[in-house]
Amino acid sequence: MKKTIYKLIFASLLLLLSPPTVFAERETPNEESFNPTPKILHHIQDSYEWHLWGDISIPLPVILYAEGSFDVFMSSEFHHGKSKVVKGDRIYKIDHHHIVEENNKEFINISITKNVASMLLAVLILFFVLRKTATNYKNKKEAPKGIQAFLEPLILFVRDDIIKSNIGPKHKKFTMFLMTVFFFILINNLLGLTPGAANVTGNISVTFVLSMFTFVIITISANKGYWKHIIKPPGTPTALLPIMIPIEIFGVFTKPFALMIRLFANITAGHIIIFSLISLIFVASNNGENVVAGWSVAPISTLFVLFIFLIEILVAFLQAYIFTLLSAVFIGLAVKEDH
Amino acid sequence: MEEIKGIAAIGAGLAAIGAGIGIGMIGGKALEAMARQPEHSGMIQTNMFIAAALVEGVALFGVVVALMQG
Repeated sequence: MKKTIYKLIFASLLLLLSPPTVFAERETPNEESFNPTPKILHHIQDSYEWHLWGDISIPLPVILYAEGSFDVFMSSEFHHGKSKVVKGDRIYKIDHHHIVEENNKEFINISITKNVASMLLAVLILFFVLRKTATNYKNKKEAPKGIQAFLEPLILFVRDDIIKSNIGPKHKKFTMFLMTVFFFILINNLLGLTPGAANVTGNISVTFVLSMFTFVIITISANKGYWKHIIKPPGTPTALLPIMIPIEIFGVFTKPFALMIRLFANITAGHIIIFSLISLIFVASNNGENVVAGWSVAPISTLFVLFIFLIEILVAFLQAYIFTLLSAVFIGLAVKEDH
Repeated sequence: MEEIKGIAAIGAGLAAIGAGIGIGMIGGKALEAMARQPEHSGMIQTNMFIAAALVEGVALFGVVVALMQG
């Protein structure tokens, strides 16, 4: 038993320590070494087709509203930016991932992009899974099994520890929104980690809308005590009021702003780290030239990527929890009754 | 702004130092408190996560600015 462990350790050390010897063979670093940045950025951004692998991509519908009518066509008509699409007297082409119209006409772009399609998929999954859990909870009287056994403690955790304990007696009004936000962020974070997935919660527009919902709900449901606390925080001497009021008003806007930035940066940074570690292989092999170097860097890169993936799963849960928790705390502050 | 190459990366690294120090201190104090009063571990852990998320949010402001620059 001990001998096999020693053999395993020796073999893995050989595997992990071989790259430096391969790099010692290179004579001079050439100027055209592979730059992974454009590829990484391309994988993180939204796009008008769903790229699976190699040259295989699923084209997605492009829906534009210009001059009183809808122009609907598949994004494959753009041929990766090489051709222009002519509809009536409007000519569209893709310029740096944006659709522009040649004569600068105004149009509204409501296409189904990769992020939209991924969000629709996530909503479908959530709907069916949670509906099954709810009907099983209502109808069957036995102990839950399967997906219900995983979701019921999670739902109770969100309701008791996040919503009830932070909002207090009026939590029933806000449970719907906060539950939806928690599961939406969770499923989109987790889906974004699968291969070939879209980076939904790492898109700042998505997180902007989520934090805008929180901001609107806080503003609508805030009672008088909340606004009084902003104008005059309890316990401040009157001389400090001229600086406290701008700071408090500023704070009303920075709290949802921080919610947006926190979720966006955490998820995007995680994806960038995973892509950068995988492109270590491509950088080492100089995009296919130096096959031996590529193969020898692969075990290290894969181990690091595995480690970061486990952290990213934790971050997926944690960011959903933190967003919901902070939203609940802010809403609780807004509806709190003065004692 | 474009003259010094890689200054955005230095900015992001400085933000990461701030995050590391902040969250490290929060974690350390939380562990000390949990060691003193194990029966309140749940509440201490919850508040540790809240504080860590707030500190990390500020550090990520710096990272986002660095991403936009470089």
